[in-house]
Amino acid sequence: METLRYELRGSRPVKRVDPVLVGVVASGNLEVLIEAGVPGLCVFQIETSARGFGTIWEAVIRDFHERHDFAGTRVSIHDMGATPAVVSLRLEQAASSLAGDLR
Amino acid sequence: MSATSYAECSARQRLALLLDAGSFEEWLPPAMRVMSPHLAQLSVPCAFDDGIAIGRARLGGHEIFVAAQEGEFMGGGVGEVHGAKLTGLLMRALRDKPAAVLLLAESGGVRLHEANAGLIAVSEVMRAVLDVRAAGIPVVSLIGGSNGCFGGMGIVARCTDRIVMSETGRLSMSGPEVIEASHGVEEFDSKDRALVWRTTGGKHRFAAGDCDELVDDDVQAFRNAAIAAISRADASRPVVLDALEFEHAMLSDRLETAALAA
Repeated sequence: METLRYELRGSRPVKRVDPVLVGVVASGNLEVLIEAGVPGLCVFQIETSARGFGTIWEAVIRDFHERHDFAGTRVSIHDMGATPAVVSLRLEQAASSLAGDLR
Repeated sequence: MSATSYAECSARQRLALLLDAGSFEEWLPPAMRVMSPHLAQLSVPCAFDDGIAIGRARLGGHEIFVAAQEGEFMGGGVGEVHGAKLTGLLMRALRDKPAAVLLLAESGGVRLHEANAGLIAVSEVMRAVLDVRAAGIPVVSLIGGSNGCFGGMGIVARCTDRIVMSETGRLSMSGPEVIEASHGVEEFDSKDRALVWRTTGGKHRFAAGDCDELVDDDVQAFRNAAIAAISRADASRPVVLDALEFEHAMLSDRLETAALAA
């Protein structure tokens, strides 16, 4: 297992207080939990069963952050070997659940 | 409205669709991070909810307690925390006296990573189920996930007042792979799907009297059956001597019938 952490500056504060959970920790899948976090930052904390994919994780995370630019947000991920495309879809799913009732 | 497959839903989707809309209030939700201490030691990713969601809700207007196991996370395996959440829910039911406790079971049994801690957890769940039944609170199991309900959770389900299954659902003690591994492929071919379902599947269990209601693989059908199960006059069936003797007689009959058939 490998733990990765990225702290990115964001400019769009997320107002929601209720955490959002999408996905399940299963083979080729992951769960994403979005909560309120440190103002001005979007902090990604990833625990993944696959070692040595930090570069790809960073690319996927930066791509997501470029689209949403969240701030005051904590994104926690538990991954069981999901492909980058699946990770992106889950992140988008979580972001749209946030958008659904709060922003 | 078209049917929503119960088997295809995640545990949380089932809770959202099966209970009265918006009524589920979760205890120890994912953000509280009550997770397995054992998986981290083995370097296996945890789940924020340890594979089970518990809480209170309304079902057809009744105030109930409910637990839903996530079959996709470690096959719904019962670890120490997972089991403790279930036991805690049942113990709270003894205190708060809800109209019923609903168990959306989907599990391969004890989570082997957690060994004895998982085994103890399952035994505590069984004891708690029987305590809740003895208090006159009905406990109803719903089984329709693609991982079935096996091992310790198979026993737990059979300890509850009533079981509702779909044809897709499976209920047994040892799972197909376990029987094949211990007794050989000649005894039981776990890849023979027809064999697996005609020994453990919902239809077989219903015919054998091991489940009380057989429904379509549809969340709404499970909801209706669950409401019916907790609303009936004899919803609560405490384990008394007569009930045990009846059960023993039924099992003896079955053994003889099966011996004749073989």
